[in-house]
Amino acid sequence: MMQHLANIFWLGTKELRSFSRDFVLFGFVVYSFTLAVYVQAESPMQEVNNSAVAIVDEDHSALSRAIAAALQPPYFSRPTEIAAGQVDRLMDTARSTFVLHIPPHFERDLRAGRQPAVQANVDATAMMQAGIGAGYLQRIIAREIARFAMRAEPTQAEPVSLAVRVAFNPKLTTQLFNAVMAIIGNVNMLAIILAGAAIIREREHGTMDHLLIMPLMPFEIAAAKVWANGLVITVAVGLSLWLVIETLLGIRIVGSVPLFMVGVMLYLFFATAIGIFLGTVARSMPQLGLLFILIALPMNILSGGNTPLDSMPAFLRGAMQLSPSTHFVSFAQAILYRGAGIDVVWPQFAIVGLVGGVFFVLSVIRFRKISAAAVM
Amino acid sequence: MSHPPSPVVAVDGLSHRYGRTLALDGVTLKVPAGALVGLIGPDGVGKSTLLGLVAGAKRIQTGQVAVLGGNLADGRHRSAVCPRIAYMPQGLGKNLYPDLNVRENIDFFGRLFGEPARERAWRIDALLEATGLASFSDRPAKILSGGMRQKLGLCCALVHDPDLLILDEPTTGVDPLSRRQFWELIERMRAGRPCMSLVVATAYMEEAERFDELTAMNAGRVLATGTPAELKRLTGQESVEESFVALLPEAVRAGRRTLFVPPRPPGEHEMAIVASGLTRRFREFVAVDRASFAIERGEIFGFLGSNGCGKTTTMKMLTGLLPASEGTARLFGQPIDGTDVRLRRRVGYMSQSFSLYTELTVRQNLDLHARLFHIAAGRAKSRIAALVERFGFGPYMDQRAAQLPLGIRQRLSLAVAVVHEPELLILDEPTSGVDPLARDSFWELLVELSRQQGVTIFVSTHFMNEAARCDRVALMHGGRVLATGTPDELVDASGAADLEDAFVAYLQAANGEHASPVKQLPGAGAAAIFSPMRAQPRAGFSLGRLLAYSRREALELWRDPVRLGFALLGTAFLMVVFGLGINTDVNQLTFGALDRDNTPESRAYLQEFRGSPYFAEGKVLTSYEDLDRGLRSAAFTLAIEVPPGFGREIRRGATPEIGAWIDGAMPFRAETARGYLVGLHQHYLADRAAAAGGGSAPSFIETRFRYNQDFKSVFAMVPGTIAMLLAFIPAMLMAVGVVREKELGSITNLYVTPVTRLEFLLGKQLPYVILSLLSFLILFAMAVFLFGVALKGSFWVLFLGALLYVTAMTGYGLVISTFTRTQIAALFVAGITTSLPAVQFSGMLTPVSSLVGFPAFMAHTFPATYFLRISVGTFTKALGFQELAGSLLALAVFIPLLTLTSLAFLRRQER
Repeated sequence: MMQHLANIFWLGTKELRSFSRDFVLFGFVVYSFTLAVYVQAESPMQEVNNSAVAIVDEDHSALSRAIAAALQPPYFSRPTEIAAGQVDRLMDTARSTFVLHIPPHFERDLRAGRQPAVQANVDATAMMQAGIGAGYLQRIIAREIARFAMRAEPTQAEPVSLAVRVAFNPKLTTQLFNAVMAIIGNVNMLAIILAGAAIIREREHGTMDHLLIMPLMPFEIAAAKVWANGLVITVAVGLSLWLVIETLLGIRIVGSVPLFMVGVMLYLFFATAIGIFLGTVARSMPQLGLLFILIALPMNILSGGNTPLDSMPAFLRGAMQLSPSTHFVSFAQAILYRGAGIDVVWPQFAIVGLVGGVFFVLSVIRFRKISAAAVM
Repeated sequence: MSHPPSPVVAVDGLSHRYGRTLALDGVTLKVPAGALVGLIGPDGVGKSTLLGLVAGAKRIQTGQVAVLGGNLADGRHRSAVCPRIAYMPQGLGKNLYPDLNVRENIDFFGRLFGEPARERAWRIDALLEATGLASFSDRPAKILSGGMRQKLGLCCALVHDPDLLILDEPTTGVDPLSRRQFWELIERMRAGRPCMSLVVATAYMEEAERFDELTAMNAGRVLATGTPAELKRLTGQESVEESFVALLPEAVRAGRRTLFVPPRPPGEHEMAIVASGLTRRFREFVAVDRASFAIERGEIFGFLGSNGCGKTTTMKMLTGLLPASEGTARLFGQPIDGTDVRLRRRVGYMSQSFSLYTELTVRQNLDLHARLFHIAAGRAKSRIAALVERFGFGPYMDQRAAQLPLGIRQRLSLAVAVVHEPELLILDEPTSGVDPLARDSFWELLVELSRQQGVTIFVSTHFMNEAARCDRVALMHGGRVLATGTPDELVDASGAADLEDAFVAYLQAANGEHASPVKQLPGAGAAAIFSPMRAQPRAGFSLGRLLAYSRREALELWRDPVRLGFALLGTAFLMVVFGLGINTDVNQLTFGALDRDNTPESRAYLQEFRGSPYFAEGKVLTSYEDLDRGLRSAAFTLAIEVPPGFGREIRRGATPEIGAWIDGAMPFRAETARGYLVGLHQHYLADRAAAAGGGSAPSFIETRFRYNQDFKSVFAMVPGTIAMLLAFIPAMLMAVGVVREKELGSITNLYVTPVTRLEFLLGKQLPYVILSLLSFLILFAMAVFLFGVALKGSFWVLFLGALLYVTAMTGYGLVISTFTRTQIAALFVAGITTSLPAVQFSGMLTPVSSLVGFPAFMAHTFPATYFLRISVGTFTKALGFQELAGSLLALAVFIPLLTLTSLAFLRRQER
């Protein structure tokens, strides 16, 4: 037993030495967990932000000008005024996502109680902005009209009021969400590539054969790669949480960071195991790259971090329940945003560990077959 | 035939550097017309660099190279004479195309040199006949034996009647019979075309005896020049090898003594290895065929054979790395079991590629191996100290293995293989690529291990003089052991002069009737393969050469299941996954209701949510704790609390307040949920007002969702996914396409044949454009039939857009491939640089109109943005040519710009 542990330890230190010598890979890890996380955190991808609005003002009244003036950054760009004939062209070429059309005599008709309507054209192919943005537009216009009407005649209060509170993220900022999703995506990518490339490198240099005929068990070789590569990324994730998210972006994390790190380690066990497995299946680096795209990309994009799981078809949602990445996203959100404890996230931890174990065993079984594949 | 008076090649003061390493140092060389000039010297002395420069494959740094009457540094002269030069780089068939068969390979070279179809066919037949390859013309180059591959290389070099033939180590690693045949072939070719000059580099000193003139090189300098006889006379030695060693500087030769192998002590020895009927098959290919041999303890047993004859496979079976298909092998009387850890402690192994961790230092390598073999710390220390002393690692201890000279690195490999004092050492070609002096000192160590420590040594080699030092030798060819015995026994038994002749005799006997692949043609036969008229390659742009490249690339692509499968099936798979998975529709949001009032009024309010298709009710809540736990475990996205007394207050005309909590963990979803919530609340108010008969509230705003009335994400995301996938995959495949040639070595053909860079680039791009259009059609069919996204606009506009787009994206892949060096780097650079602009900034997720600064710049300078407009425009917005003309034009502009960038980056010559 002690011998096994010693072997795993010494082989692992060799991995760490190799890694620290590989400046390109090292730089790539540093970049992925600093700059890449920062940029993604700051990018307004999922918000209505600076949306292009045009306005056809056929009324030229105080009210129509007030509506135009109410459309302001950060949600909307300053509206450009256009003629009615330009609407189609502008929307066809996607230069405006929203076009408001205020009809002639709008203010006069409103005063007269004739219920005139402002028309809001929304480019419904801009999925992330159209729905939410249309809601904002409605509220802004309604508010301007109400303000205008107030001056005309005071209105009565609504019969029922609604108080909306957003839990865990009151201002609905996307920074933390984007940053954590960036970390998760990079953990996925790097853990698989680091472990897979380590295997391919050993095979290409002939050192894998060398290891396999030393008095080592295949599971020791695999376990050494898991702990060494896992350690590198665990440290990187920890530093990224502390330096980039807490210090640089100034976000306070409510949940338990240690519990999250335990989850990260479990997930890394899975990710390095599947990386090793892919490294034993692929015959060359380029093949590893192509396999990685076919497996890791869907695992990442469909994990629920980018688009909601609820909107996927049932069978795909079911299939994604088998992917640890889905559970990684779900426990990361639970722990970091909602402050959930182990009592809430243990089922996800268990699944990640279990699937990781399956791939670990598979890769140990594959090890002996590598040599046969590499001979020609 | 009259010889031109001036030398064919005149090199003067030529120096060449790679970074800080000086590979050539003031070399001067002359090659007379019609002569066979040999360059001799071990690996790494600058022979290949010199030949590459003379062939025009490398750019000249300092010095003069005049070839065929002009300066090679002058681009125009180089283009003019390049059809008269043929160059065969080092490495077995390195400039050949492994997936193409024999005839296709020669045909490709014929096309590059602009030969008309009829003459090409006739000439290929003549060449195949002369080299004995005629019966293998349908065999892919990758499964040819080393000897046949070299003959094919020669055919490809001779297809255009060169005046100067440059061969870089043409026979390294080839079996002695094929080697002999190769030189006979060369002799006949020279007889048929006496004005042809040859420059040949070789590591086999024996071969050098047949050359007209020799140039001995060491450390980038010329040691001596002269005929073989002159060199021997000059040094007073009997062979070229001895002469070469004598020419080396004093300092290098110091400490050299003739290797003496003491005889083994007589007596009975137990058996270390007994193999009987050992067979290994890889599918239908038999790598090792019923090999039987027995090795005694303490013996040095040699395995002699060419590359690919099964030596490595046999060794791997003996180490337990590979299970045998048939037959048995025993080590020390025990059957080999790949999982037996104890047996492995008794064996040391050194694989062909020097199994070291090159990023660890000498000390770290030794320590690591001692630890992995669990040598007690004290013993390990003294053992390592002893090894360092004996192997002379003193000055190198803290250098990384990658920085060591080749000879030291090879000794370190041996040291780590013996750190645990094994009883049996298995060494797979341990001395390939090492100079003769280092080889001798390595053998001294082996002899010492065998004779003084009784270690059994099983070593493979393709050098005859190394085999002659073994106690016993097995001759191996084509997976079979031809003969086993002491070197003297083998020589005597076949009545030959030396071991090489003996091996040739055994090979001939084994090959039997199909023994002479080289047809003995009458004297005129060899001349007949040279045509009286040389095809004159067209200067400037040639469509024929472009199409030759397209044809070849298409053939290779067609035969590579991995790349083809990825391009078609992989794309379809990703389309299914993303088409289904990237969905921004938010519906069926789970909500929890905490009804603390439970009156008709409160139920009426909640009915708004229960009846909405956007919401689905989860568990009924009974307390705040329920609500809190539910939000925390993401059991629902929205919680609604109706306060106690809600109904009473409404009846009283007061304003009760509904409380709502939204899970903000996923901002986009929370934002949408809030929109729905407010909308349903408004709806409830309007209903109440209508019911109260107060007339509906004035409707101030009417929202028109254009192009996609149902606001379903599939109508935007599926056309978007097509744009995304057609960015990624063509760029990645194309990027790998050119870098592959760099890695495999066939890029040399761009440097030394008349093909221009533009022909090369466009020729390679064409098959990928067609393949990508095929993927487009698959994606289009999937969008329409699988996802039900009907095309509302013009198909032909979309098709034209796709054609321009994949041309631009493959052009982008070409740009990447011109500056990356490895396939994996090309994949990564293509993947990473494409993903950001294609996914984030193309307008698929965020409209380009709302981007500012760097993202906006990226969006406008990347083709995906424009094709996304065409794809979404034709599918969902029902647009036609007129509306999309601007985007089509923008795509078209990318194409020449990208091609020009590739041209600027692609080198016409190697550095």
